[in-house]
Amino acid sequence: MSDTLLVEPSAVSPTKRIVGELLRSREIAVGTVLVLVIAFTTIKSPSFLFSDNGWRDLLLTPSLLLLLAVGQTAVIITRNVDLSVGSTLGLTAYFTGKLFVDHPGLPIIAVFVAGLLMGALLGLVNGVLVAFFRVPSLVITLGTLYIYRGIFLSWAGSSRINPSDLPHGFLDLGTKQILTIPVLTIIGLVALGLTGYYLYTARGGRELYAIGSDPDAAVLYGLPVTRRVIGAFVLCGALAGLAGVVYTARYGTVSSNAGYGMELQAVGAAVIGGVAIFGGSGTVWGAAIGAFLLVTINRALPVVGISDFWQRAVVGALIIAAVVLDRVLSARQERRLIAARDETREPSA
Amino acid sequence: MKFRNRRITALAAVSLVASLALTACGGSDSDGGSDGGSGGSASGDISVTFLPKNLGNPYFDISDAAGKKAVESYGGTYEQVGPDTGSADGQVPFINTAAQQGVSALVVSANDPEALCDALKEASDAGVKVVTFDSDTNPDCRDLYVQAATSEGIAKKQVDLIAEQIGDSGEVAILSAAANATNQNAWIDLMKKDIADNHPNIKLVDTVYGDDDDQTSFDKTAALLSAHPNLKGIISPTTVGIAAAARYLSTSDAKGKVALTGLGTPNQMREFVKDGTVTAFALWNPGDLGTLSAFAAKALVDGTIKGDEGDKFDAGDLGSFTVGKDSVVLLGDPFTYDKSNIDDFDF
Repeated sequence: MSDTLLVEPSAVSPTKRIVGELLRSREIAVGTVLVLVIAFTTIKSPSFLFSDNGWRDLLLTPSLLLLLAVGQTAVIITRNVDLSVGSTLGLTAYFTGKLFVDHPGLPIIAVFVAGLLMGALLGLVNGVLVAFFRVPSLVITLGTLYIYRGIFLSWAGSSRINPSDLPHGFLDLGTKQILTIPVLTIIGLVALGLTGYYLYTARGGRELYAIGSDPDAAVLYGLPVTRRVIGAFVLCGALAGLAGVVYTARYGTVSSNAGYGMELQAVGAAVIGGVAIFGGSGTVWGAAIGAFLLVTINRALPVVGISDFWQRAVVGALIIAAVVLDRVLSARQERRLIAARDETREPSA
Repeated sequence: MKFRNRRITALAAVSLVASLALTACGGSDSDGGSDGGSGGSASGDISVTFLPKNLGNPYFDISDAAGKKAVESYGGTYEQVGPDTGSADGQVPFINTAAQQGVSALVVSANDPEALCDALKEASDAGVKVVTFDSDTNPDCRDLYVQAATSEGIAKKQVDLIAEQIGDSGEVAILSAAANATNQNAWIDLMKKDIADNHPNIKLVDTVYGDDDDQTSFDKTAALLSAHPNLKGIISPTTVGIAAAARYLSTSDAKGKVALTGLGTPNQMREFVKDGTVTAFALWNPGDLGTLSAFAAKALVDGTIKGDEGDKFDAGDLGSFTVGKDSVVLLGDPFTYDKSNIDDFDF
């Protein structure tokens, strides 16, 4: 009996299996929707894709949400959520601007590192509170959402960062392209690649999935749950901090409502991209495509002539559709697994 | 418009407002002393709370700072409170708090004409004088509305500016603030009418809402340009919107091809006027608006005026103002800023 597997190896040919997996893959599905949206909009208005600005904005606009969604995914996978990323982004964006105001001539790379560290620090606070006090992350990060925003408000007051406060080299980064790919998008894609590689291959990354699948089992099994969860929050905060620097470079203006509401977009992007809200499954690739889809849909709807008022409703419908799809797929998967279990049990009974 | 056409620095601007307010103090305080006996409180302990649409908005920073100077000039206590985003539900708690604190007057810029009414009426019942400025509520919800310029004047000014910049023909679009912002919608309706009546060759193709958020306004501008390849001009009657739109235009290949005008502040727009993205834009002086609102609040509190049509009150250096129909006080006409004069202003 010990050599009987719960699920027999698949009898179908490897090619068929890979094709089948691809067809079922969430990333491909969301990616297809994204391509369709771009294609449809481009037919309607060719400049959406084919003009220099259209191409640039298509890649550039999602770069912010891309960073947030990647960080958020690492946290959601552990069955947590980080609602403070919007405030972290705003606070770091203002910090970035202040650095340039107070220390003109600071190398741009140093500012990026400072933003990253600042974000990591804010993430560390979240992580420590969640992991040590065993309080639901939803509550903790809701709290820090307001605390960080409050710090931002009392620090910035009613002053703001204007484009004239920032060095031109930094502002140019907001639109600079290398081989037609915007630099800010490259930053986002590098962060995506590194995080994705870590989550997919590294021991620590796989443990994040294990923790999210069953936190109690992870503890019993002896996984370093506390350390891993803190790590996920630090990563999320650091990426939000990086997004703050990117925000300043892109928009040039930082007022005290910068990043307001971005946390929900980040969660939305992850969910659309197939990251299960209760942890344990999903990939950053999916979340990244989700971020591109969310941003691109928002940009495409006005082009195809859907009024401003309906745009949010469409985004909402998209999120609900993604969650319902998830539920249907996992229910089907569950039935299959139960059926497979019953089949393997019957002969021995 | 009470603009002084001379070069002033930030510091000088502040001291100018201060001196305005201080001179106002002399004239007004004596008025208050003689007429003020009927009011519930002596003019010495007038407490005025300013509630802008949101904090961190440079436009309200200026109006409220001037309001502060004016309030302090007549010996009152000034306080500024507000939500961090421009939403009506965010303003309600601040109104309730002000009513509980029993302030003499509340000076509020309404994010919604209806939504604030219940809270404002409660405050009014508690003895708080309610002055709206910049953006009004329904007339029965407040004692007085201090209007920067008539909606007709603002709408016409912006349409004239864009018509001049695009040669009076072609497609234009509007980038507004929140979809339910009172003043924005009033201006948009009037602009539509003005375009239809007086500019038959201009076609208004779209109105989008940037929610007075830098990022949203920026992205909406990008969307506008890609949705309407033949767009000749954008009107953005909001300071956040026009700055974000200018920043997007200045980095796009539409720079110089798509005209942009609207309501903006000189400091935010200076760079874009100088690099040729924007030719001209309009605004009244928000500082004067704050000063006038502060004096209107005082006049209401000490009983100089009741808010009836024809009531007169003194607003220091701004001169004397008369309350018009529906308890509205009008500041003046909007002013055009362009390359030739933008360096004369610092706010």
